[in-house]
Amino acid sequence: MSSAHAAAAAEFVANDERAHWHDQALWFVRSKRDKQAHSLPEWERLRELASAIKLHTMSHLPALLEQFEANATRLGAKVHWARDAAEHNAIVHGILAEHDVRRVCKSKSMLTEECHLNPYLERHGIEVTDTDLGEWIVQLREEPPSHIVLPAIHIKKEEVGELFHRKLGTDAGATDPKYLTESARQKLREKFLAADAGITGVNFGMADTGGFVVCTNEGNADLGASLPRLHIASMGIEKLIPRAADLGVFLRLLARSATGQPITTYSSHFHGPPPGGELHIVLVDNGRSRLLGSEEFRRSLNCIRCGACMNTCPVYRRSGGHSYAVTVPGPIGSIINPARDPAEHNSLPYACSLCGSCSDVCPVKIDLHSQLLVWRREIVARGLLGRGKRLLMKLTGAVLRRPWLYRTGGRLARFGLKYSPRWLVYTRLNPWGKQRELPEPPKQSFRAWYAKHHKRD
Amino acid sequence: MKSSRDQVLADLRTNAPPPTPLPELAGDWIAYDDPLAQFTAVLEGIGGRVRVVHGDEELRAAVAEVQQQVAAANTLSVAPAAPGNVDPASLSDPHDLADIDLAVLTGDFAVAENGAVWVTDRQLPLRIAYFICQHLVLIVPAAAVVPTMHAAYDRLAAMHDGEGEFATPAFGCFVSGPSKTADIEQSLVIGAHGARSLTVLFTG
Amino acid sequence: MRIGLFIPCYIDQFYPRVGVATLRLLERFADRLPRDAGNGAAPQIVFPRQQTCCGQPMANAGCVADAAPVAELFTAAFADCDYVVGPSGSCVAMIRKHYHGLVRDEAALAALQNKTYELCEFLVDVLGIESIDGKFPGRVGLHQSCHGVRELGLAQGSERVLPDFSKVRTLLQGIEGLELTGLDRPDECCGFGGTFAVFEEAVSCMMGRDRVADHERHGAEVLASADMSCLMHLGGLIRREEKPIRTMHVAEIMCEALRIPIDV
Repeated sequence: MSSAHAAAAAEFVANDERAHWHDQALWFVRSKRDKQAHSLPEWERLRELASAIKLHTMSHLPALLEQFEANATRLGAKVHWARDAAEHNAIVHGILAEHDVRRVCKSKSMLTEECHLNPYLERHGIEVTDTDLGEWIVQLREEPPSHIVLPAIHIKKEEVGELFHRKLGTDAGATDPKYLTESARQKLREKFLAADAGITGVNFGMADTGGFVVCTNEGNADLGASLPRLHIASMGIEKLIPRAADLGVFLRLLARSATGQPITTYSSHFHGPPPGGELHIVLVDNGRSRLLGSEEFRRSLNCIRCGACMNTCPVYRRSGGHSYAVTVPGPIGSIINPARDPAEHNSLPYACSLCGSCSDVCPVKIDLHSQLLVWRREIVARGLLGRGKRLLMKLTGAVLRRPWLYRTGGRLARFGLKYSPRWLVYTRLNPWGKQRELPEPPKQSFRAWYAKHHKRD
Repeated sequence: MKSSRDQVLADLRTNAPPPTPLPELAGDWIAYDDPLAQFTAVLEGIGGRVRVVHGDEELRAAVAEVQQQVAAANTLSVAPAAPGNVDPASLSDPHDLADIDLAVLTGDFAVAENGAVWVTDRQLPLRIAYFICQHLVLIVPAAAVVPTMHAAYDRLAAMHDGEGEFATPAFGCFVSGPSKTADIEQSLVIGAHGARSLTVLFTG
Repeated sequence: MRIGLFIPCYIDQFYPRVGVATLRLLERFADRLPRDAGNGAAPQIVFPRQQTCCGQPMANAGCVADAAPVAELFTAAFADCDYVVGPSGSCVAMIRKHYHGLVRDEAALAALQNKTYELCEFLVDVLGIESIDGKFPGRVGLHQSCHGVRELGLAQGSERVLPDFSKVRTLLQGIEGLELTGLDRPDECCGFGGTFAVFEEAVSCMMGRDRVADHERHGAEVLASADMSCLMHLGGLIRREEKPIRTMHVAEIMCEALRIPIDV
């Protein structure tokens, strides 16, 4: 269905109060981002650099991955390679099984979401606890995150209070975020202390050192990874950067773009396992090498998952992350998900007014809205646009390419609009007129007026 | 059959775009007249505290003040001037630190633009100490404040007699403020999973 | 010297006043362009009648095969013009930014893209107008269209960390009695977005209502834009909800300030 997003979005918008609440919460984050960006006169230079570094990385990815692997191995980490989600999950499970792991604490990782690691491990009898507060909330609700940085942005504190009351036994009716967070802290402390292994994502892997960086505000990645003896880091192959020094650029951009913080509370640099412990790094392709081969869409691999494009997107803010029905929603998600399965996600490139705000907030300068437009062409070229829309566009094109037909059609439209009763114009088949008036038809077109006044032309 | 490693690398080689150059990182970066003041403003803005102390006596007093404020029963300290009541040598497993109320640890340097302090597990091999304690004090030389993250990575590259901080296995972290979350309706709550408070003591 | 008047299809059919206002403004200021070096003739404003539409509706839906013949028609229609000027940022952006692959003759395309301007941009950048004289009493909320701001660079978008400017504001702010009202969100999209307005009707209308509400909160009596398509959408919402706020294209405001009658 090429209208899947529109239908889900309409449902979200139908609750006007909630849709506005959601919009306002994310706009607040965008405003914080603006304030931080404007605190650095060199902001645009940083974006240029970040983009150039990522483009270079993508054009040298095989060599840089080999360099990363060699350095990581030298430091004592074990590096694994996964072609796809299934292989990633099998590798992770293999490591856990080998260590007889029963309980795992996991920090936020969109890659493990993409691979659906949790249900896989749970099927194998392993308890997985998502330890980022937002992720834990959605895990307890048994639903996916709606935002890559703010996983529970769609949930109200009353709902969290009710959920925690049911699942954790917090006071009935308690909605104070401070109280609820404290309760989560207490409960998750137990989980951290009982975990046999920690799984984290990776924000940046550095080829020249073989280390990687994980950023959190809560400290959950560190508690998860540093209490047990076993740390598994799942890393998309596009997370690589050539030099540790490049972090100077990326860590300046990441949190400012994501949440309007000067930096996340913790930016942890892992180089090798802790004394007496084990560190495994799983490098995952899962469609990324294919995306690299696409001239049109490879720039989307530059993404550092800051979520700024979601926070600024006027459509995302008003339709909610779940309306996209994917792990990574919003503008960037509307590019990378159709790349995986264009038929399944054919409505996403159309969930966009082409306003271009995403391209201008993107810290790595991905031309998001232009890529969305290119995706629309792809959707049409593959015959995946809905038949009605396709026909409408064919008809419109057929009229507009013939000046006489356009003139006649225009006259008829204005005439029809002028003399038709409202019930005939404002029907269910006219989505424009559902909430909007059509323009008031003038008595003549510009060209008719011009012809009268400029007979000699 | 090719290994997954070789397959992924082969696929990447097939699909690699034409090479583009790696840019130099030089830039006309922001400078602060008073980096320490900038650091203080940023850290206090995100819920941390900053004190400048001179000599062991002031350091001891500052730590004692925090200890009192947070009513710390168990204090772990690596500062000889302000010892705690938990012996670092008695800790062998990360789980042993579960009940630490206050950790008094050291940072190598601070970053003015974002209120971050660089810490590592080189002094105290149990890196969990930075995260599991209820409250955290970091002692940093007042002269060691760099303006930006670019300067921070330059400094890291020059550490250990030019070998660089990342040449040998180790853990390092930029810590900027106390642990926090805004995952419930974007309302900021200090003290998510990590330390509930952070005090940076600059030794001048 | 021939200035080709580009009147986008929906303006031609539904907003002839905007077309006439554009024409009258160009007539008023065209003498700022140099006369013909050979015969000394004054610049001439023409309306090529073969033009229909820029092709954006089809192109934005991804239907390039349907857009291409329309783009070819457009390119041919303006082939003998030295400038192409239109009162719609979005349509001008279509030609300048998205015509690649739609027009076969690359040289003709490059020439077209180099000579095509949005009206305010043409007044400021080509004709060198720094302000408009005259009077227009009223509190005016300026809607900066996305394609104007982010594709044509008519203003600095709020996302970028670069010096602030706005060519449309430059033209309006000197008009006596005209008070520009502010906005909480200076350049958020109104939700028109071409086919988006019907494909994603619910979100589109919510975006539009939010934009109108922002202007209302700041006391705008007139909602003005250099992009009539945004105003068609916003005006449609305003009229349905019978709000006391008028929509006007900036060309109409400039004509009124300059006391140029829009005789249609």
